[in-house]
Amino acid sequence: MEVPILKQGPYLIASIQSALSDADLLQLRDALVEQVGRYRSRGVIVDVTALDVVDSFASLTIRQIAHMIRLRGAETVIVGIQPEVAFSMVQLGLTLQSVVTRLDLEEGLAYLREKTEQSRSS
Amino acid sequence: MDGEKQIPIDLDADIVRARREGRTLAAELGFSAVDATLIATAISELARNILIYAKRGEIVLRQVERSGRFGVVVVARDNGPGISDTRQALQDGFSTSGRLGMGLPGVRRLMDDFEIISGTGNGTEVIASKWKP
Repeated sequence: MEVPILKQGPYLIASIQSALSDADLLQLRDALVEQVGRYRSRGVIVDVTALDVVDSFASLTIRQIAHMIRLRGAETVIVGIQPEVAFSMVQLGLTLQSVVTRLDLEEGLAYLREKTEQSRSS
Repeated sequence: MDGEKQIPIDLDADIVRARREGRTLAAELGFSAVDATLIATAISELARNILIYAKRGEIVLRQVERSGRFGVVVVARDNGPGISDTRQALQDGFSTSGRLGMGLPGVRRLMDDFEIISGTGNGTEVIASKWKP
């Protein structure tokens, strides 16, 4: 199940539509890292609202995505972690460490606008 | 009333299938959305352990009833290399695969009952249950 990636101005938005296998997650990571260069994007939003489970592999891959995008010079924000997914992540002992998270797409876009405009003016 | 479902674990797509079946079973038994997600996450971790350490195996899902309480029992079984020190494998941060050390201690926290039977060369069986409050 390939994750659609939308180009929205200077940002890329990846909307996960269903449960993802490990291979799907890796494919999403590689596609985002490649497209952030192709479109010279300033930020990436990964919407995980429809993700059924965030286990150790998914959490590792999300951290890798954010780290690799940062190395490519752009910002990443993860949005839409559901309450029950957050609870199971806490029980499992998973953290996203320094990965930025926001409640939903709207908050994610607001974060990116603030962050990328700030860095442009400074 | 007791039934069971066997799901062979051979490919990473089987992990998704196993956790989906687990969520469906939990929902059928009337578990909350939170508990269904905890069960699905535990299945995901156990199925991945099978792929990483044993290459193949199976997840068995059972619905059980004990003195009026409903439960889901998840059995993860493989004929892989086994675990020489199961106590060590249950310590947070311990991993012999070098990347994902959260598996077993995390699964134990997600579920109510947890048992592991293994020895070097004997494969591994993990039995984890969750009971409806």
